Amino acid sequence: MNCSREQLIGLYTKMVRIRLCEESFIEPILSKEIRCPVHLCTGQEAVAVGICSALEHDDYIFGNHRSHGHYLAKGGRMRDLVAEVYCRESGCSRGRGGSMHLIDPSVGMMGTAPIVAGTIPLAMGAALAAKIRNDGRVAVSFFGDGATGEGVLCESLNFAALKKLPIVFVCENNFYSTHLPIDEIRVSQKIFELGIPFGELSHRIDGNDVVEVHRAARKAVDLCRKGKGPVFLECLTYRMHGHVGPDDNIQGAHTDIRPLKEIEKWRKKDPIKKLEKHILKNKVASRKELMEIHAQAELEVLDAHSFALNSSFPREEELSLYVYKN
Amino acid sequence: MSIKTRKLTYSLAINEAFHQMMSLDESVILIGQGVKSPWYVGNTAQGLIKRFGEQRVIDTPVSENSMTGAAVGAALAGMRAVVVHPRMDFMLYAFDPIINEAANWFYMSGGKAPVPVVFWGVINRGGEQAAQHSQALHAIFSHAPGLKVVMPATPYDAKGLMVAAIKDDNPVVFIDDRWLYDTEGDVPEELYSVPIGKGAIRKEGKDVSLIASSFMVGESLKAASELEKHGIDAEVLDLRTVKPLDVEMILKSVEKTGRAVIVDSGWKTCGLAAEVSAIIAENDIRILKSPIRRITLPDIPGPAARSLENKYYVKCPVIVDAVRKLVVAHV
Repeated sequence: MNCSREQLIGLYTKMVRIRLCEESFIEPILSKEIRCPVHLCTGQEAVAVGICSALEHDDYIFGNHRSHGHYLAKGGRMRDLVAEVYCRESGCSRGRGGSMHLIDPSVGMMGTAPIVAGTIPLAMGAALAAKIRNDGRVAVSFFGDGATGEGVLCESLNFAALKKLPIVFVCENNFYSTHLPIDEIRVSQKIFELGIPFGELSHRIDGNDVVEVHRAARKAVDLCRKGKGPVFLECLTYRMHGHVGPDDNIQGAHTDIRPLKEIEKWRKKDPIKKLEKHILKNKVASRKELMEIHAQAELEVLDAHSFALNSSFPREEELSLYVYKN
Repeated sequence: MSIKTRKLTYSLAINEAFHQMMSLDESVILIGQGVKSPWYVGNTAQGLIKRFGEQRVIDTPVSENSMTGAAVGAALAGMRAVVVHPRMDFMLYAFDPIINEAANWFYMSGGKAPVPVVFWGVINRGGEQAAQHSQALHAIFSHAPGLKVVMPATPYDAKGLMVAAIKDDNPVVFIDDRWLYDTEGDVPEELYSVPIGKGAIRKEGKDVSLIASSFMVGESLKAASELEKHGIDAEVLDLRTVKPLDVEMILKSVEKTGRAVIVDSGWKTCGLAAEVSAIIAENDIRILKSPIRRITLPDIPGPAARSLENKYYVKCPVIVDAVRKLVVAHV
């Protein structure tokens, strides 16, 4: 590991913020205070944080239905995220998008969409714009293993490679395409190999090891800036909750999908605990200092919820605003 | 101020719009299959690569979904992108970036992320090309909120509406008809735009309103001269923009003539003609002296054989016949 103390603490802090924020949604979802579909990324924080920490403020990211973590990691304000999930006027998309449409160009979060693979060519278009302007920006496309079933991914891998576009394709392989385990949707389990026929640098990495993700992301971003993109990264990870909402999709329960043992196995690979262990073992920080990080994040979460709950819903009279830009 | 005007074909008017907009604004790009080849886009893209380079005039693989998405993404990232579909039938591959993404993006970002993109689709009818090389799909795109849809009928409008579409901060679907490409008309040399959402009266008349767009405007004008010989004075409306429609122009004309015949190059069911009919009927059906008539393609796929094509596509005599029957039956 060749990260500085500040970098390690930074990665840790960002992951903790995402984790605590995600878990804080469960209660208001169950009480139906939050009604829009929420796809929690608990367990996948290392991918969002490792990648986005390698980006500059001006770089572009595009996400999917499970993108709370991407938004926070790219610099999104927690208040703006939480208020959007509550569909309030003060949310990043003014309550018109909800959890699945987090759009905030001010921090380079160009947008998220639940049409699986829908934002992949959009990210590529942003990379094309950067290449035409020669402005040094890089675009990142976050998508899941489910999106590998869409043809537009291969179309985009081809064109990005053909034009050497500055884009990092980041596949978060969490082994489930909504309800189907990956071996029921793909013959080959090696998703990273999708980039190889197009001549792209393609790697599989441990998506629960934030340092490994960050290191790979820095390399990938650096190559893109030098005109040697695109790069394909497959990050192996696991979502601790089910596809949507707080239901964990455990076998035997109503949704009946994942073996409890599998979930327990991945719990032991928790990305936050993994980094925590490294930090304590190498005396990067004390347990007390880490507790303080948690406490700060907890305060930020409470503040974001209270901000959201004190914000109004968009007004009925404004239903037709924003259909067209005048 | 003197405006230099000369005759130009419809396709070269489009070409001039690109030359002028790309030289005016560095953020304008053209992407799509065949921009290097007259085989695909006729002479609409001629000279652009030489003048602006392959960075901004990008010929692409046959990947409509991804290439259209790339135009949307480039627009989100500050470019003004035009993506061409030399046969709009192939545009169906790109429904996701056009409707799910571009049309909804400004709304679902709460007004934070505009998408200045032009989806340019060319209708290629006739020539025994059959069902998948001849569709006119403007009604489908007009259905989605967030999109604007324009269909120029003249060289003047072809240039002016392409300029307006590129300058617009919203996604605009620009649909032209290959049958119009050789039409000549007056086109000013200077840069100008035709306002989106404004129609034009091409011929004034008092007995019946012929409401048309794109190629059907010419057929309606021919029909109007023919009808004059039968003592029927038809007014011919060119919609120019099919979304949003120039409702004021349509209603004013129909209030004057009391009769509406809508002539469209698309299919009948849930089509443009149906929408225009509904607008007229919803306004005040009592002003009508006769029922509304829709002259459209039948709800049948485009055929190959010339014998069937001849029957399938709407031409001037069909319009004349329908109008005469309507007027005679409801004097």
